[in-house]
Amino acid sequence: MGKVLLSGNEACARGAYEAGVQVACGYPGTPSTEILESLARYREIDAEWSINEKVALEIVFGSAFAGLRSLATMKNVGLNVAADPLFSGAYLGVEGGCVILTADDPGLHSSQTEQDNRHYAVHAKVPLFEPSDSQEAKDMMKMAFEVSERHRIPVLFRMTTRVCHSKGLVELGERIEKPPTTYRRDLSRFVATPARCRVHHAELELKLKELEEWSNETELNFIEPGDSKTGVITSGIAYQHAREVFGSRATYLKLGFTYPLPSRKILDFARQVENIFVIEENDPFIENHVKALGIRVIGKEHLPLCGELNSEMIATRLLGEKASGCEIAEEKAVARPPILCSGCPHRGVFYELSLLKDTVITGDIGCYTLGSAEPLNAMDTVLCMGAGISAAIGFERAFQKIGRTSRVIGVIGDSTFFHSGITGLADAVFNRSQITVFILDNRSTAMTGHQNNHGTGLRLSGKPAREIEIGEIVKALGVQHFYEINPNDLAGLKALLVKTAALEGPVVILAQWPCALLKELPPQDRSKFELPDHTYTVQADKCKKCKKCLALGCPSISFVPGIGSRIDESTCKGCSLCYQVCPFHAIQKSGDRHV
Amino acid sequence: MSETKTVVLVGVGGQGILLVSKVLSELLVENGYDVKMSEVHGMAQRGGSVSTQIRFGKKVYSPFVGHGGADILLGFEKMETYRFLPYLKAGGTVIYADTMIPSAPIFSAKKEYPQGLDDEIEKTGRALRVPVTEWAAEIGGTSYQNTVLLGVLAKTLGIGYDQTEAVLMKLIKERFHEKNQTALAKGYGFTQKN
Repeated sequence: MGKVLLSGNEACARGAYEAGVQVACGYPGTPSTEILESLARYREIDAEWSINEKVALEIVFGSAFAGLRSLATMKNVGLNVAADPLFSGAYLGVEGGCVILTADDPGLHSSQTEQDNRHYAVHAKVPLFEPSDSQEAKDMMKMAFEVSERHRIPVLFRMTTRVCHSKGLVELGERIEKPPTTYRRDLSRFVATPARCRVHHAELELKLKELEEWSNETELNFIEPGDSKTGVITSGIAYQHAREVFGSRATYLKLGFTYPLPSRKILDFARQVENIFVIEENDPFIENHVKALGIRVIGKEHLPLCGELNSEMIATRLLGEKASGCEIAEEKAVARPPILCSGCPHRGVFYELSLLKDTVITGDIGCYTLGSAEPLNAMDTVLCMGAGISAAIGFERAFQKIGRTSRVIGVIGDSTFFHSGITGLADAVFNRSQITVFILDNRSTAMTGHQNNHGTGLRLSGKPAREIEIGEIVKALGVQHFYEINPNDLAGLKALLVKTAALEGPVVILAQWPCALLKELPPQDRSKFELPDHTYTVQADKCKKCKKCLALGCPSISFVPGIGSRIDESTCKGCSLCYQVCPFHAIQKSGDRHV
Repeated sequence: MSETKTVVLVGVGGQGILLVSKVLSELLVENGYDVKMSEVHGMAQRGGSVSTQIRFGKKVYSPFVGHGGADILLGFEKMETYRFLPYLKAGGTVIYADTMIPSAPIFSAKKEYPQGLDDEIEKTGRALRVPVTEWAAEIGGTSYQNTVLLGVLAKTLGIGYDQTEAVLMKLIKERFHEKNQTALAKGYGFTQKN
């Protein structure tokens, strides 16, 4: 069928398609998001976003119990959320192939941890695949489903940012349509009770023994001959870097199936070469195993535990080769941190929060994490998805205990509220927490590229969803003080913050306005939000250079020394916050907004 | 060509780097090379710097290089070009737009846009400054400067004009064809005055 350029994510989707996958679920998260989006383009596959990774994986287990090939996709920290079904699912096993894709993020391009999820394979006792480029991602995805079905075990498929987001040429194949098996109830199999799981555990250990045998035999773990003085054991993207550096100056043991590791093959390899380097990103996952086999290797004493690996680093640290790159003067490369966009509906809330005294603000994961950045600096903590509410509860309880009277405000986005904020809010109601919660609903899962979510009315497949209204959930949980506000109304926000300060909590404020980058509003929103049709401009003679508008941190506003503030009308979205904060009425409505 | 060559592209979110990367990758595949292209998503889209790398040759392994690995550095913004100079190989070529986009510390008047960057970039030896700011009127505004840079890059790599145009036109909407053709031709015909 010829070769095409595919990203690792597109290749995973293609592999799953060719493998005959029927059901796929996930929650958006960089670098994994495009896998499910690509899967949704194949009409043979039922691919939909789930409310969170735990739910996604449970759906996938259900579908795999029913006998269908099923795939769950998530980012590194997503697997933490889905860990519960992962562990018991490994015990129960599956009927249809079940692949769990974790997209790890060495270098923390867009994550809160750099965790090496290969450890989950050991911990949950499931086999592990580690592709190193797009072609392997596609091929291994098909093998992963075969292994899963043959051994009736869920399989972990570990991608990393650079494999996900690098494109390479991929040979396409045809889809294999698997006839569905007929589901029959079998109480001895899929009911996780202690008595049955004692049996399942023993069976699982036997499966792993069989899989270790297969690991020694599979062509996914292969020796690539070269100079036998140097041996390199490697996996994933690290193989590509190592291959680049050593060329034919080494013999390689390239591992694609990394749990259970092929001990016999590793011992054979060690006898063929003189010195061995183990080259892998983040944790010494392979290295520790090789060392436990009694083999002397060089690895993490030279290679970093933190950050991404690249070929230059390997050449410098293992071979002492010097890179040729020139140096630059740090002060001449002013930082370019990510910031809230022009017209971002989160800005108004964070601006008002930044003015509050004696307040602790617990944030959450999404674009609005940028409310913690200069010049707003309106956030004390960001822990994980959902903690915008639950960490606020903790602060309030701690302050009660020590008699501190600071106000505690939690901030969470719409998709994150659905993901894991609802449970925290229920806890706040139940335990009568004196907190204020801002739900920043920008009508999209914006940070990961504008996915629909349970509040937007449309599913991944494009089919209509039943929109879940956040306000209805909040009221149903028993919140007594619930308010809705346009976050671009600064005076309204200020008044509401004063009004709610002494109310018996929890107080919930839904700040709803669409993301400024949304190309198209969901149908039900079109009449609800009247988007501004004009920009703003600074009247130079009225600007007193007080820099008050700069405190908004809007990228459309810049300050010209000697002249004053200036608005770039080509990027201004007309949100009017600067107009509202200017004490000298120097900022006025201007021309039609560029769309 | 047996050796793998590397082009590193850098700029700011929204400058059209991904489109240029896509066109270049397709062109190189059409010309029979093995190609790998690496891009970083995520936070970059919120006003941060954006970078991609394209590597091509007979057989490409790693999809990206570290410092000292780029044969060509294609800069869409001046300060970002400077920031990425360490990626350039000794003897490599820098092609960069004279565009200046202030970052947050600059537009909020905490820092100034650095002076003298052109001289610093020139010091690397082979630098080609493309005056897209001057050309803005001719090329239909700043949104087409990525296409100008694509033209300069294609010429530098010895890829034919017609082929470049054909691949670019395939990837963009018809109503943008004319302006992109103008911008591409302007870039392709550009040679530095020495």
